[in-house]
Amino acid sequence: MPSNKSVSDAPIAQFTNCRLLRGRRLQREDLWVREGKILNPEKLFFDEKGSADVQLDCKGCILAPGFIDVQINGGFGVDFSLATDDFRSGIDLVAQKILSHGVTSFCPTLVTSPPSVYHQILPQISVRNGGAHGAGILGAHLEGPFISKEKKGAHPEHCIRTFEENGFQDLLATYGSLDCIRIVTLAPEIKRSSEVIQELTKRGICVSLGHSVANLSQAEEAVQHGATFITHLFNAMLPFHHRDPGIVGLLTSDKIPAGRRVFYGMISDGIHTNPAALRIAHRAHPKGMVLVTDAIAGMGLAPGRHTLGQQVVEIDGLNTYIAGTKTLSGSVATMDTCVRHFLEATGCSVETALEAASLHPAQLLGIEDRKGTLNYDSDADFLMLDDSLHVQATYIAGEEVWRQDALGM
Amino acid sequence: MLTLPQESVCSPSAAQPLDVPMLRPPEAASPRACAEPPAARRRPLLARCFRIASARRGGGSAAAFRSAVLGVCRGFILLYKLFAAIMRLVILEDYDQASEWAAKYICNRIIQFKPTQGRYFTLGLPTGSTPLGCYKKLIEYHKNGDLSFKYVKTFNMDEYVGLPRNHPESYHSYMWNNFFKHIDIDPNNAHILDGNAPDLQVECDAFEKKIEEAGGIDLFVGGIGPDGHIAFNEPGSSLSSRTRLKTLAMDTILANAKYFDGDLSKVPTMALTVGVGTVMDAREVMILITGAHKAFALYKAIEEGVNHMWTVSAFQQHPRTIFVCDEDATLELRVKTVKYFKGEH
Repeated sequence: MPSNKSVSDAPIAQFTNCRLLRGRRLQREDLWVREGKILNPEKLFFDEKGSADVQLDCKGCILAPGFIDVQINGGFGVDFSLATDDFRSGIDLVAQKILSHGVTSFCPTLVTSPPSVYHQILPQISVRNGGAHGAGILGAHLEGPFISKEKKGAHPEHCIRTFEENGFQDLLATYGSLDCIRIVTLAPEIKRSSEVIQELTKRGICVSLGHSVANLSQAEEAVQHGATFITHLFNAMLPFHHRDPGIVGLLTSDKIPAGRRVFYGMISDGIHTNPAALRIAHRAHPKGMVLVTDAIAGMGLAPGRHTLGQQVVEIDGLNTYIAGTKTLSGSVATMDTCVRHFLEATGCSVETALEAASLHPAQLLGIEDRKGTLNYDSDADFLMLDDSLHVQATYIAGEEVWRQDALGM
Repeated sequence: MLTLPQESVCSPSAAQPLDVPMLRPPEAASPRACAEPPAARRRPLLARCFRIASARRGGGSAAAFRSAVLGVCRGFILLYKLFAAIMRLVILEDYDQASEWAAKYICNRIIQFKPTQGRYFTLGLPTGSTPLGCYKKLIEYHKNGDLSFKYVKTFNMDEYVGLPRNHPESYHSYMWNNFFKHIDIDPNNAHILDGNAPDLQVECDAFEKKIEEAGGIDLFVGGIGPDGHIAFNEPGSSLSSRTRLKTLAMDTILANAKYFDGDLSKVPTMALTVGVGTVMDAREVMILITGAHKAFALYKAIEEGVNHMWTVSAFQQHPRTIFVCDEDATLELRVKTVKYFKGEH
């Protein structure tokens, strides 16, 4: 049919025969895309008198917004905390490979490292759109070094620092530059954390609480100053106690400022948290659940030894430990595995599982107007999934960037 | 095989409503349909009647004469049925069957018309809950490949005034969600009045002009309100009215409240609507009436006189109207009327 579009001559694609996630539920609707954005077909029909140039049959697949991973330390042999000569190509490799896991945007994460590492690596990370070359980079997630020594997990103790002396200046000196930083994880019990949190929030950087021994009131104070995220809930923090729930208590705290929501990352690989704990958190605060992989360099590789920043880790199946110990250090789960495991462990709806990996991280980062949904005018980053949530194809800005080969669609 | 006269295709009795044969468009025709030589289809009707007559020749000359006379008579009856004014009341058992019957009728009309580039089939369309089943069926026929709207122009009856076009209850939204988005109609051929136009009367006049430029409406499908209105021609509307701005009657506002969360204050109070006269100008009119709540209006429209308080009654004077109903809608009619129309062939 000849299309007569008054707004733009760009081709319009109509994805038919699918169920798309919109308005928090799966609907039998077609997805219309033009110039990398999701188009409103009713507006096109009545205002522009336009119609589709090409129709693609999705054969009954689920169309979901692309997954957003806000905590990923590397993968496929690449370690984001290791300053190498070919760092840029390393990040490009990971960005390209995670397309097959359904991730269309991510925050490369750096674990606790010496300042020199930050000064070398951070300038090499730039916020950029995704495409056929790989998933989009939303900015770096700096997990440390302002964390608690008691809850360092796999982070190297000698690199842990505080900002008690000069507050925000210490942080600036450590990181070098704040461009392209999207999330900072810190322990709020460190003195002067309130002012640091305020400064970071002022600059649009999301502050997350983690690797900390803070009690609930310290955590609440941090939230009041601007913190909005909890890094891998339950891990590297005080366990929930009925008289002092600690950071975990934020899920049901009544001291959260009005209009704000606390999000919490969970690694739903079946190892970092017991499924029962996953269920407790989900039931207590379902709208805050953000699925993360916390994947390390060994993700996507064979079992064995790999580096994680300044440490050596050992992979055995889905378990990753600091070499020679039983301390968990990151995961090798992929994002789509996490989504499937979350669905299975909690018995939640498909829509809920998908939102935990797309809508909620977008809301956390304040970008839900263009990412994390299939709403009109959003970026057309989406996935074709089968009913068991296996990724069949990945699209960024309306272009197919990865396809499962087995299916000849 | 394509059957020729329109009546035999579309006149099932209530006893066999689902036996309406569906035509297939010529391109997708099965080998059977191609068996008829194209020339036969182009022969004028009278000649076809005589061909029927002559085909029965055989046996002695007396028999031949008899069959020729019979053939001629049949031919004239056919002619009469085609060109004489008719008002038909088609009664189906329930809503689904009425919807299917109506959809098949529309489908057959379009296919028989053989619309093409430069010669569009013009269809008038209603909104509301009654035609939903009919739309669903039409979409089904389209998806099966039996019906294309590529060369069909549509004109909707009405639209609320002051409601944003993308409001979920606007008639633009209704038509998009329930019909247009599922079919292959060219957006330039789908005409709906704009209730947010800067000058509403100019918009109405332009709509009338568009209908005129399209060559008039071939088939206007409509519904009936509980107060007997057609489109938004509320009780008291002139029966020769044209497209214009109307204030809605209380009955209509009450009936529509269910679409606005039951909140009367949210229901628009004005609308643009085609006039009774506009619909009367259509070459053929089909009114869908289902449900017991419409029964009284149907009674007033069919069994009482032409009256501007029950504007659908105007169609008693239209040369070619079909009322498609379900059993519930006939509850207020006289048994005699119902029996008469059920027995009609």
